[in-house]
Amino acid sequence: MSIEIDQVNKRFGDFVAVDNVSLSLNDGELTALLGPSGSGKTTLLRIIAGLEQPDSGRIRFHGQDTTDLHVSDRGVGFVFQHYALFKHMSVFENVAYGLTVKPRSQRPSKAEIRRKVMHLLEMVQLDWTADRLPSQLSGGQRQRIALARALAVEPRVLLLDEPFGALDAKVRAELRRWLRRLHDEIHVTSVFVTHDQEEALEVSDRVVVMNKGRVEQDGSPEEVYDNPANPFVYEFLGNVNLFHARVQDGVARIGNLNLSAPEYAGQRESRALAYVRPHDIEVLGERREDALHAQIELVSVVGPTVRLELRTDNSENVVQAELSKHRYRELGLVQGGDAWIRPVNSRVFLEDGELQAG
Amino acid sequence: MDANPDANARDHFEVNMSTATRKRRVIPGFGLTMGFSLLYLGFIFLIPVGGLLLYTSMMSWEDFWRAVSHPQVVASYKLSFSASLIGASINLVFGALVAWVLVRYSFPGKKVVDALVDLPFALPTAVAGIALVTLYASTGWVGQYLTIFGIKVAYTQLGVVVALTYIGLPFVVRTVQPVLEDLEAEREEASASLGASRFTTVRRVILPSLLPALLTGYALAFARAVGEYGSVVFISGNMPYRTEITPLLIVAKAEQYDYPGAAAIGTVMLIAAFLLLLLINGLQWWTQRRGL
Repeated sequence: MSIEIDQVNKRFGDFVAVDNVSLSLNDGELTALLGPSGSGKTTLLRIIAGLEQPDSGRIRFHGQDTTDLHVSDRGVGFVFQHYALFKHMSVFENVAYGLTVKPRSQRPSKAEIRRKVMHLLEMVQLDWTADRLPSQLSGGQRQRIALARALAVEPRVLLLDEPFGALDAKVRAELRRWLRRLHDEIHVTSVFVTHDQEEALEVSDRVVVMNKGRVEQDGSPEEVYDNPANPFVYEFLGNVNLFHARVQDGVARIGNLNLSAPEYAGQRESRALAYVRPHDIEVLGERREDALHAQIELVSVVGPTVRLELRTDNSENVVQAELSKHRYRELGLVQGGDAWIRPVNSRVFLEDGELQAG
Repeated sequence: MDANPDANARDHFEVNMSTATRKRRVIPGFGLTMGFSLLYLGFIFLIPVGGLLLYTSMMSWEDFWRAVSHPQVVASYKLSFSASLIGASINLVFGALVAWVLVRYSFPGKKVVDALVDLPFALPTAVAGIALVTLYASTGWVGQYLTIFGIKVAYTQLGVVVALTYIGLPFVVRTVQPVLEDLEAEREEASASLGASRFTTVRRVILPSLLPALLTGYALAFARAVGEYGSVVFISGNMPYRTEITPLLIVAKAEQYDYPGAAAIGTVMLIAAFLLLLLINGLQWWTQRRGL
């Protein structure tokens, strides 16, 4: 079931939550809506679900306009951040709820409900909890029950609002891998909201980066990570170093460094910012003409990788670099010592106000 | 009265009690506060009630039975308890409705309505009784229209129910309100997204969550109604066998210096009310075990 979002707008008073968003989500895909808080991602999800009405714009499921359809008729499965399980019902009753509230003519028989619920509970590996109350389960278990409950009604689309947001890091990592595998099995068109870029990159087929109610970029996880469309996406997806640079005719200069920036061929001299990821900074132990001198201010070893904080001669900002422990030992670097750094991969954006003349 | 004491908290409490002799408490003051509570309850509640029971126990069984089983007294029990139950039941439904409106909707004058709910607490019950009579007497503002339909309120058993409903109103509203405020909208949204109609959501998700609070409010409204005197004596007309409530009989007996008789009837009321409250609390305990 594909989802089409057509020029959707939503305001809350003066606050523009969703600003003219158009998206089309493909059948069977798992899409992540990624953005900082207040970026409108949850509002957009709730509009798709029918829990919120857009001020203007249409929502279509597989071509059928569902904008005015009530949430209970829309055929969506919705998973909430805080599970929203029915506390007074057993796990079994929770999962069966969607089936038992169907009109009598469409309601499956008791035996059929039992078979289906137990099948779902097995799928989320919690069939042994059927007779327990939600309060007797851990957070991760509750969220899996919430997912089983949403799937019980065979929704046309599955919507998850920060599904792992309330869980601790380990359970979170486990659950998102599990969700990925589950999605590969059942292939229901799914959208999930997250502010965690790692989660979005790991789980989804497609990432939609949102900011201030607008879509900043939309593409595969690899695409948005490797080719961020703009400085916002660059900064939001992982750590990044900023270098002040001057761009002229396809070359960006940082001090005595020249970086190639072919997209600005023919550009007259303008101020720009070069974005470089920490792992795209090559650290050298010896002086080289095409590298910047810097002092190592802090060394922190995080498992197999070493993170360095360096200060270049002409920079106010600290530069972060990442290298393997092996390489770090090889170079013989020490805290407080000298190093030379060289961006091996960078992306240059003109500073605001600098015209991008062709 | 706590609307929803956590069963777990109780268990912890018991564990603490058993280790209290060996372990210093992290938060001190248990001895002091417990001692004060017992003393306070003793003076305010246990001694008067104990005195009543003691006084009654000095009667011979025959005298006691004669006093409490007189047909006039039995008729008053029936009226007192049935009118109290009806009044509390009316408050259960409409109090829940008032709480719902106050929590879920915003409208001009909401704060005023919210404050009005407590008025039956503040207004002297005699004033309330007189006001109700003035309204519901067959010549009163409301009563004259009800008379057209043949409904008489003042000086009938219906009048007793009206008075007992009036004084019990705040209880259900005030117990349900905070629980309703804490009820997450997400649960209702989850129910709706699973295909449930609004009515089904209310019946299967909201009401079960409110049940303990509703029962507490019901118990409080009932208890208050059983003991009510001031407002009822004005509107009921106090006709023997018909509109006499038990507290009125007790006062009447006391005024005739028949203290043993008054104490005997008081004891019966005390025991009956206690048993009914125990039953309601038992219901509440049962719903809590269901994890509400």
